[in-house]
This record gives sequence, C-alpha cells and structure tokens, in this order.
Amino acid sequence: MARIELNAIRKSFDTTDVLKGVDLAIEDGEFVSLVGPSGCGKSTLLRIIAGLEQQSTGEVRIGGRPVDGVRPSQRNLAMVFQSYALYPHLSVYDNIAVPLRMKRLSTLERMPVLGRLLPNRHRVEREIRGEIERVTDQLELSAFLKRKPGQLSGGQRQRVAVGRAIVRQPVAFLFDEPLSNLDAKLRVHMRAEIAQLHRRLGTTFVYVTHDQAEAMTMSGRIAVMIGGELVQVGRPAEVYDDPRDIRVAEFVGSPKINVFPGHLRADGQVEMLGHPLGLAGSGLARPCRAGVRPERIELGAGAFCGAVVHVENMGAEAFVHLGVDGLATPVLARIGDVRLLPPLGSRTRFGFAPDAVRLFDAAGKRIETRLVAAPQRAREVAVV
Amino acid sequence: MSDVASTLGPIPLARPASTALARRRPRLRNAAAYGLVGPAFVLMLLMLLGPLAGVIALSFTDYQLGAPSFAWIGLVNYQEMVADKVFWISLTNTLTYVVIVVPGAVGLGLGVALLIQSGAGLRGFYRTVYFLPVMATLIAMAIVWEFMLHPQFGLVNGLLRSVGLPAHSWLQDRDTALLSLCVIGIWQALGFNMVLFLAGLVSIPKSLYDAAEIDGAGSAWSRFRLVTWPLLGPVTVFVVVITGIRSFQVFDTVHVLTKGGPSKSTDVLIHTMYMEGFEFFRSGYAAALTVVFLVFVLALTLVKARLAARQVHTS
Repeated sequence: MARIELNAIRKSFDTTDVLKGVDLAIEDGEFVSLVGPSGCGKSTLLRIIAGLEQQSTGEVRIGGRPVDGVRPSQRNLAMVFQSYALYPHLSVYDNIAVPLRMKRLSTLERMPVLGRLLPNRHRVEREIRGEIERVTDQLELSAFLKRKPGQLSGGQRQRVAVGRAIVRQPVAFLFDEPLSNLDAKLRVHMRAEIAQLHRRLGTTFVYVTHDQAEAMTMSGRIAVMIGGELVQVGRPAEVYDDPRDIRVAEFVGSPKINVFPGHLRADGQVEMLGHPLGLAGSGLARPCRAGVRPERIELGAGAFCGAVVHVENMGAEAFVHLGVDGLATPVLARIGDVRLLPPLGSRTRFGFAPDAVRLFDAAGKRIETRLVAAPQRAREVAVV
Repeated sequence: MSDVASTLGPIPLARPASTALARRRPRLRNAAAYGLVGPAFVLMLLMLLGPLAGVIALSFTDYQLGAPSFAWIGLVNYQEMVADKVFWISLTNTLTYVVIVVPGAVGLGLGVALLIQSGAGLRGFYRTVYFLPVMATLIAMAIVWEFMLHPQFGLVNGLLRSVGLPAHSWLQDRDTALLSLCVIGIWQALGFNMVLFLAGLVSIPKSLYDAAEIDGAGSAWSRFRLVTWPLLGPVTVFVVVITGIRSFQVFDTVHVLTKGGPSKSTDVLIHTMYMEGFEFFRSGYAAALTVVFLVFVLALTLVKARLAARQVHTS
C-alpha cells in the first residue's frame, strides 16, 4: 500500500525529450490510468516508477520515501507486461514462485541440487506452495500449474502474469498495456476482471494504455499524456465532459469529437460557419475551434445543413457522417434510435445545444464560455 | 443442397467411384512425393551413405592403397587395433583434447558473447576480432602459432623472459605439446561459438530481464541463472555438440606443428588414420579407425538429437 509521487520528472534519450516535466500524485489504493497516443512517454514514465529506467531529472517517491537509485527489486512493486514476460522454461507454478523464491531464499538455497540439502529450503518451499495455491485458486489457474507458458492461451498467460504480480503482495501494481495482445472479446472480459481485482486488493494500481476505452472504464482517475506532458488529470467523466485541451478532447471519446472552425467576435459572441452559437467567450477577437461530441449533434433541425455521405449502423446505435460545405472532414452524429436514420445522399439540417460546445483557442487551450440568448433557436423551440 | 442430394438415388452409386478416385489420388501424390525426394535421396546415397558403406566394408579387408587385389579378413583389423598401443594413445589424446577444448571454447565463447552484448561501444570491432580465427585458414594460422611458440625467438617465450619467467619448449615437450594444441583449438573455436551465443542472446526478449529485475533478481548472476542460461539452453546444446565434433576432427594443427610427436604425445585419431592410410598405405586398417571415429561422432549427434527433442521452448 503506497502513495506514489512524481515530481518534475524529465527524461531524455540522447537529444529527444521523452518526458518534459511530469508531476503526478497517485493516492494510496487509487486506480490511475496513464493514457495517451503511442510515443507519448507513458510507458517510459511507468518504467521510471518501476525503476527499470532512470529519470534524467526529478524525483520519484513511493510511500513517502524517495526511491531514486533504489533497484527495481527493492521497490516492492509488481509489474504486468504487454508481452506477459513469463519465463518460457518454467511451469506456471514456478513462474509464480519466482518472486517469492527470490525474496526468501538465498542464492545458495536456490541452487538446483545443493539447495535441496539445506534445511531452510524445505520450510520456505512449503510456505510458498500454500501462498501460490491460494492465488491460483483465486485466478482459476489450479488446473494449469504444471504447464509451460507456451501451452497456455493468451488469456491464461495474462492471468499467470497477474498471479505472479499478486503473490508477492506488492505496495503497488504497474500494468504496461496488459490487454493489447488479447482479442477484443477477451479484452472486455479482462477489463472487468482487473477492475474487480483492484476492488478486492485495494492496492494502488497504475495502468498504462493507449486505449481510451480501457482507461475510461477501469480507472478512478485518468491522466492523459500527450507529447511527453501530462495534459489533464481527472475522473473519467470529468475528462470526457470538460477537456482542458483540444488534444484531450480529441483523444478521449470514441468516435472522435467533431471540431468546427469558429470565430470569437469582438462583442464576445462565438460564431461558426456564419451562425452565432448562443455562446460568449472572453478575451480578444480571434479564431477559435468549437468541439461538439457526436451524441450531442441533433438531426432534423438546427442552423446547419449537410448531406448524408455515410451511415454506420451498429444495431443499437448508428453514426451518421454529414458532408458540410466549408468543412474538410464530415460531421459525425450519433443516433440512439436507428429507426430514425436519414437515407444516404439526403440533405438534412442539424444543430446542437449551446451547452454542448467546448471552445478552444488557436493553440488548443480551452476558452471558458457562458450562454447568451440565441433568438433563432429560441423561436424554433417555441414553434415546436 | 447436400441434404437434398442425399435423398436422391445416384449418391450411393457415386460413392464407390469417388472412393476409387480418392484411393488413386494418394497413390499419385505418393509418386509425386517420391519424385521430389528422389534427387536428394540419390545424392545422399552417392555422397554420404555409399562412401560410408564402402568404408565399413573396407575395414573388413586387408586392402592396401594401389594394391591390385584384396582379401576379406573379417575383424582382424579391429583386433589389431585393440592390441595396438598407438591406437589407445591416440584415442586417449583425442578424448583429452575434446575434454579440454569443449568446455574451454564453450565457456569462453559464452563469456565473450555476454561481454560484447552487455557493452554498447565497439561491438562490431570485438565481434570481428574474435571471429577472425574462424575465417582464417587454420594451416596458415598454425604456422603463425609455430613461430609464436618457437623456443628461441617465439613471442610467447619472449614475453615470459621479459617478465623474468623461464622460457619453455611448448611443442617439443611431451607434457605441454597437447596442452598447447588445446589452447590453439580453443582460440580457433571461440569465435564461432561466440557468434552462435550472440545470436541466442539477441533472441531473448528484453522484457524477461525487466520481469526478472522486478521479481527480485537484483544481481547479474541471478538474472543469468533465471533468464539467460535457461533460454540459451538449445543454443548451448548445439554449440557443445558442434565443438565436440570439431574437436574430434582435430588434424591440421597436429599435422603442421607436431606430426603427432614428441613420442606420440599429440597423436590423435585422425592423424593416426592419415598416417596408416596415406603414409603406410594400409587402407583397410585406416578404414577401421574411421569407423571408430564415426561411432563417436554419431554418439554425439544422437545426444544432441535427444536433448533437442526434450527442449520445448515456446514463447
């Protein structure tokens, strides 16, 4: 059980800055996901926490103690790797036993033949057997103890890797994209299993993924990393609903948020494609970008008009792609009721409520907005 | 469609025809398979199995190189061999050579590979330097060694003298001649083994070392025991067997440097075979020696095959 603090962590490989000053405090027992596109430095950050990589500057504290210069084996963290990193020559039982044997047996006692003659080894091996059986029962691995990793399926290997992590009772678990090698169905299943594991153990979990759905569904807080920086940290709903940066808005949420070019006028009003949005922002007149989530786009009425260029019907929901004059990429609308789908090629009006808009400046930073009366829309509502 | 068809008449009639076809097709396939295997089989018969059978047959005769006739003499060659002191000396020398060179060349090859793999700089340089003896012609290199080990003006003795140690006649002394040949053998085999071990080391996933480090294998030795050594297992078996077979075949250095002397102290199996066959023209006896040599090499190969079958390493 431990709080993990990262203070101004920087990391450079030769001339490339991979991490540009990361500050993050992970509370004891918390489940935090580090999420971001590939190459954003999230795995490097995890490896720095684990001690497998040394930061260029900055400080890592685990349980209040600075751990810089402390070997990974001494940090008492467990890590689950993307490739599972199981020892291929050892059985499932021996794989799970490795961390316990390393900790409790001396080099001499671990010797293949000589070790068996030493009295302590028997006692420790008995303890280890008990603990492994408890863990493998929990993970439903008892039937496979004698198998080699090569004889297991992806999901089973994943569970062995988790077992090897649990058995040592670490102060925190580090996961490095553990579900990437599984098929889609198993991934959803393992998502639930890992979330349950966290609830049961109550230990600190740090989970690295490039899959925003994993981060959203499993963690208590997500930390979005882009280009070596932590752009936003918060509860999943908060990050989804209130992104502080356009890169966060674009990365979190599937399908991607719609981004429209807009303009902040001198009177504070925001207009898009020549229509006022019923919103006011602060500051000077300047170009800006307006983000609207696909589920907030309403078809059939509104200030804008587009042609249906593509429809994706998933059965329970559907995505309608609308080609709009003046926009390079089609606008995406999520329709909850698939019976109301517009036909392909037809033109349809669309719009969105002013409070659905998240406004960003040219640099991608969020602009705070307030609602103002939008006469046109108010009249429409009145007609309805 | 097939459901409908099975209720109709023709199907039972059609079945025998289709099974006949099915029976004919494997025969066709077999013929094609034999046709494809044929050339390789004929080549193996001509180049490997035929000569082997010839050698075995020859070992039961008194044939002498160039003689117009020969007679079958059964096991006489083998009886003579067992009674011959020179054979036992050369067999003991060969085994001693193998027992020294195999661990030496394998251990040092692994050590050098680990050192090269662990350091970032000058990798290519070290790889080339250690691999040079493998590429060089051993006969030429043996002459270089002859000069290096020369009692009067050799480099080795020169170095010894410069630090105040007594000089030694390495190849002329019964006690050190075989050992000197072993050192040359190790020097020659080291580079090849190193390259094989390097290939093995590269194929070990980096994440296993990370996992070992996290699991508490803090020291380099414990990581070697937990990850490197077991994962190099198949490579090691191969390297040991190859080095073993090559050591059994030692001939060039012996022939160039000592000719089996002084007083047979460096006589080895193949050298004895060469002497009997091509100096004394006793082809039948030399063939019997060859058969003994083949038995050893075959045994090593079988050990390798058995171990390779047992190693089940899958990722």
